[in-house]
Formats: sequence, structure tokens, C-alpha cells
Amino acid sequence: MMRRLVFVLLLCCAALPAQAHKPSDSYLSLDVQDQRISGQWDIALRDLDYAIGLDQDGDGQLTWDEIRARHAAIAAYALEHLRIAADGAACRITPGAQMIDHHTDGAYTALRFDAMCAAPVTMVEIGYRLFADLDPQHKGLLRLTHSGVTSTAIFDPAHAQQRLSLATPDKLQQFAAYVKDGVWHIWIGYDHILFLLSLLLPAVLLAAPANNLRGAFIDVLKVVTAFTLAHSLTLSLASLSLVSLPSRLVESAIAASVVLAAVNNIYPLFRGRRPWAAFGFGLIHGFGFASVLIDLGLPQGALLSSLLGFNLGVEIGQLCIVAAFLPLAYVLRTTRFYRGLLTAGSSLIALVAVIWFAERAFDMQIY
Amino acid sequence: MHKLIFALACCIAALAQAAPYIPASGGQVVETVPRRGDPLQQELRRLRSQLKATPNNLALATTAARRFIALGRSETDPRYLGYAQAALAPWWTQATPPAEVRLLRATLLQSTHHFAPALADLKAVLAADPRNAQAWLTQATVQSVQGDYTAATASCARVSGLSVELVTISCIANIGAMTGKAERSEQLLDLTLTRNANAPVELKVWALTLLAEMAQRRGDGAAAEARFHLALELDPRDSYLQGAYADLLLEQSRSADVLTLLRGQDRIDALLLRRALALQQSGQRNAMQADVKELAARFDAAAQRGDTVHQREQARFELLLRGDAVSALALARKNWAVQKETADIRIYLQAALQARDAGAAKPVMEWVAAHGTEDVVAARLVRRIQAGI
Repeated sequence: MMRRLVFVLLLCCAALPAQAHKPSDSYLSLDVQDQRISGQWDIALRDLDYAIGLDQDGDGQLTWDEIRARHAAIAAYALEHLRIAADGAACRITPGAQMIDHHTDGAYTALRFDAMCAAPVTMVEIGYRLFADLDPQHKGLLRLTHSGVTSTAIFDPAHAQQRLSLATPDKLQQFAAYVKDGVWHIWIGYDHILFLLSLLLPAVLLAAPANNLRGAFIDVLKVVTAFTLAHSLTLSLASLSLVSLPSRLVESAIAASVVLAAVNNIYPLFRGRRPWAAFGFGLIHGFGFASVLIDLGLPQGALLSSLLGFNLGVEIGQLCIVAAFLPLAYVLRTTRFYRGLLTAGSSLIALVAVIWFAERAFDMQIY
Repeated sequence: MHKLIFALACCIAALAQAAPYIPASGGQVVETVPRRGDPLQQELRRLRSQLKATPNNLALATTAARRFIALGRSETDPRYLGYAQAALAPWWTQATPPAEVRLLRATLLQSTHHFAPALADLKAVLAADPRNAQAWLTQATVQSVQGDYTAATASCARVSGLSVELVTISCIANIGAMTGKAERSEQLLDLTLTRNANAPVELKVWALTLLAEMAQRRGDGAAAEARFHLALELDPRDSYLQGAYADLLLEQSRSADVLTLLRGQDRIDALLLRRALALQQSGQRNAMQADVKELAARFDAAAQRGDTVHQREQARFELLLRGDAVSALALARKNWAVQKETADIRIYLQAALQARDAGAAKPVMEWVAAHGTEDVVAARLVRRIQAGI
């Protein structure tokens, strides 16, 4: 065991390059949310040892205990050399936990802190003097994020005071990004696509006098609009955290809706009320969309525009499917192939959806 | 056994390098720092505390700065250069600080490739004290690195009479070898070294390194090797010397010897680069990839702080290890604007050749022709570029 361990150790250390010799840097990350700035400051332990002494027994080996014992001193020393002000008023900094992080030249303390400013921040002013007296070649590398937009700055004794105006995200670009996310979600969401196709399959098979492209179009319009209205409603409610449902229930219900929509094509369940059925299912699918949107992380300032953008994206995605499907289905509607598709295809969709339902409802892996 | 487990945990933690973490146990060694009991560290500590009490004591400050600069050189660790600058803080931003501070400031400025302000300081020191041999020598070095051979020769000439023969001749011969007088320069330096067998070790190492590089440039690998060996016997830890010798070994495809030579020296970027090249040469793909990754991280870290000191090495990295001739050429071009030593010529021409950009190589080829640069590798590259291969 011992020999094996030594072998593993040698292997692992052989692959591990020694820490680089490089000039001293610290890495300061700030994230601004309204009037609160949360920060992480990575400072080299070697520099801190030079400045305030960490190696208590002087053996050159810094243990976690030795570092931990000096956390208060480290925080006090570091924060003494950092000033954060917002729009002219100093922000109150409180130190948080410290952990260990690694950069190319060795181990760093990762000091977390919070800065509370008097008002929502639009312009940050930073005064950086860390190690200015001990090593004027030291640099502080700042990474400032605000609403997902990052800006950087380099501090050294000649540039110890810097003002950074918070970059506001490009509204239009952000909106476009959510539209894209919406389209993408439809494109990769097989359950939504199959659901939609199940609802669309009978649309071209209307009885006279509506048995024409116009009739089919109006029928599709009714179904899709009902679905959109419903999912927009629940998507908004869920995104605003007004209603929330367990995701397992939502996902199972979506699978069940696909089963029902497909079965309806073989054995009519809804008859002439397909738009109403679409509306009811849309309510469920909206919760599904919402979970995606929440996962993407909603920006506080642009909640409404991101909701609108995502909805629009989902809509565009659906319309693309309709636009590709409807003309093709209309041309093929009198063929035996289409009749076969309607029954066999729907059966297949129903089967797949039953498997999904079982997987989601009972949390098991079938396929 | 405990220690071993801690070390293992430490390795794994360092390998992960992903996010901040809390070490598994209180006894785990997280970092190694200079030992407090070390006599050198004790002395530096004493200097620091004295300087803290009397920061305006010029003699004390320059002594401390000199000690830190020497340590920075021997350890190839730039942090010590920062400490040296800190010792000179009361005078650092002055327009006309005392001469001894100005000389040290020039030394520190040139180490970060701030050649223009360094030369301004040296000029001022020499205007006030034309008998300052160290200032002439530093000026000759900076001028020679920048390719200003006429001025460098004049500076070297001023050293004669102010310093020992070996210093003067090393200075002159180094310039001569760059300006079409390689053979005579090498003979002169070789002869001077033989005559000065009792010269201080660091001087002899300097002369031997120059001699070895001269032999290497004219393609005499055996003579170069013999001189590198002699120099390494005198100072096995000189990182410049190790790098230069590693380059010769790489030229001769002796990767195993490179790996032996550079063992435990991967802290120094230039030497890690050469180890990676040796691993590439010997076909050890996995170990090479680990070094390439580490080098990339180091170049990134330098770029983040805005450093451009390692552009020559980075160009070599991009060209030889990453196979990106376009990036390499861009870096070599930027590097060429700053320094013009043989290694700078080589990497520039090599990158231009690989990028199939003969136009880009033109200024360097003209330089080689104008100054009569004698270097077998550069000559071969020029021929290949001209032949359009």
C-alpha cells in the first residue's frame, strides 16, 4: 500500500509543474447588484507572508491551520488597502469567508467580502493600495461584473485610483438573446415538437366546406393561438415566481399531454374542441418553458423584456414548424401515406410519450 | 505516512485548480515560503526593518536594493525586483535622484524592457560621473540588446581603463561578434579569458557563456558544448546559461540531456519552454501537453497584467509547441521592435518562413545583411526564405 501510494504521489507530482516565478498580482472580482457589491479577492499567500507573516513556526511550510489562524489579520490588512466608493460615497466593506485558490505562481487566499453602498451603484470608484509600499511592481487585476457584463482594469501605484462606470447591457442585444433562447428551446424540445405535430396532423383533414388551405390555416391558427395564449400566461406567472409547480409534475403532465394529443388523432377525444384542448395543454407547457427561462437566470432590471423575448422566440420556433408542416401536409392530405401517418405516426408519438411519462412520473430510466 | 497523505492531497488540490476550496485538514501544507531561519532571509529581514525605521537612509536603501536585485537574478524571481524598487521608493519618482539610485533604477527599468527611460537614467549618471564603469557596462548591454552597435561599442570602449581587462574585452567581443567580426572577437575573448584565469567566477561564467554562444553561432557544436560545460561547472544554477545550453542540446536533438539539465527548473518560464520542446522532441506527448498547458496559463497571466517581457519565448511557444505560425510571427514582430539579439532574429525568421510570409521577413533579412550577422541558423533560414521554401 505504502509503495503504491508513493508511486501515485510521484506520478501526480511529476505531472505537476512547479509554481512559476512571476511578478506579484492579486485578482479582484466584484459583482454589482443594485447597492450591494459582492467581492472575491485572491491574494498570494507568499505576498501575505512577506507583508504580515503567516508562517508561525518559520519552517517555510504554510499549513492550512497557520493560514486560518491569520484570517482576521489577512482580511484587516487587505481591506485596509482597498476603498470602494459608489457615486461619491464610500461603501461599507465587511469581510466574509476565506478559502484557498491556485494561480500559476502558487496558492492564494480567496477572501470573500461584501460592500454595501448608500444607493444603487452606477459608478464605482476604487482605491487600490495593496502592497504598494512593499512591492511597487505588484498589480491588482480587477474583474467587474454587472448584469452579466464584464469589465476589467489593472491597478498599480501609478493607477491606484480608478473610476469605472457600470457597463449597462445592450438592451436590444439582450432581448435578441432571449428570442434566440426561445427558438432554441423549441428546436431542442422534442416533446413540444411532437405535441405540436400531433395537434397539427388533423388540421388539413377538415370536412367540407372548410376542406381547403384557408380552412386548414384558420384551424391551425386557432390551435396555435390558443396554445400560445395559455403558455404565455403560465410562463409569465411562473417566471415572476407568482405560481410554482414541482418540475416532476410539470414534466410528467407535458408527456401526458403529448399522449392525449396523439391518441386524439386515432380516437377523437376532443372532437371540435382542439383549440380548447390546446389552451389547456398550453397552460402546462408554459410551466415547462418557465423552468428553462429561470435556469437561464433572469436579469432583475429587464424581467419583462426577457419574458417577452423568450415568448417571442418560442412563438417563432412554433411558426417555423407550422410553416414547414402545413403546406406539405396539405399537399399530401389525400394520400394513403398521410392517412397512415395520421394513425401509425400518432401511435408512435403516443408510445414515445408514454415512455416519457413513465420515466418522468416514476423517475426511472427506460430508454 | 500522514505527511505523505497531506502531500498527496495537496497535489490533487493543486491539480484541480478549479474553484476556491477549503483544505481537507489543518495540517495540510498549502504553500511553501522562504524559511525564516535561513541566514539570507534573516539578513533581508534585518535590512527591511532598518529601512522601515529610516526609509530615507540612502546607503541602506541602495544596499538593500542591490541585495534584492542580486537575489532576483540568482533566483530568476521578479518579485525581488519589486522589493528592490520598494527600497528605493523615496527617490523612485524623482526627476534627478542621487546617482547610485539612478543606476539601480536603470537596472530595474531595463529588466522590464523599459529601455528608453533606463538609457535616460544611465546617460544622466554618466554625464555627472564619466568614470562609472558599471553605468557604461549597463548602457552597453542595453544598447546592444536594442541593436545600437555603434553606441554599444563606444560604451564598451569607455569601460576600458575603468574596469578589469576581462570585463572590457567581454563587452567589446560581444558587440564584435554581432557586427561581422565573429572570428576575431571569439579569439580575442578566448585569449583574454586564458590570461585572466584568476578573474572572479561570475566574470568567467559570463565570458564562457559568450564564447559558447559564439561557437554555436558559427556551427561548432563541440566547442560550444565544451565551454558550456566549463561555465556550468562554475555556476550550475545560472538560468540564462542553462537556457542557452539547452538550446544547443535541442539543436543537436539531445532531448534526454535537456531533461536532465533542466530537472527541477520548471519555475522559470524560459526553462519550462525548453523542457516542453525536449519532451516534444522525444515524443512524450502527454508530459509535453501538461507543460504546454502550464506555459499557456503563465503567458495568459502575464498578458493579464500587461507584461510583454516574454514575447520572444511566447513566439517560440506559439510556433513550435502550438504550431501557430501567424500568432508566432505577430509576437516575433512585436518583440523585434524592442530587442534585436540573435535569438530574436532566429525566431522572427523561423516564424516568417513557417507562415510563408517572405515580406514580413524582409526587415530582419535586411538587418542581417547590413550588420553582417554571423549565425548559421539565421543564414540557413534566410536562404530558405529567399528560395521560397
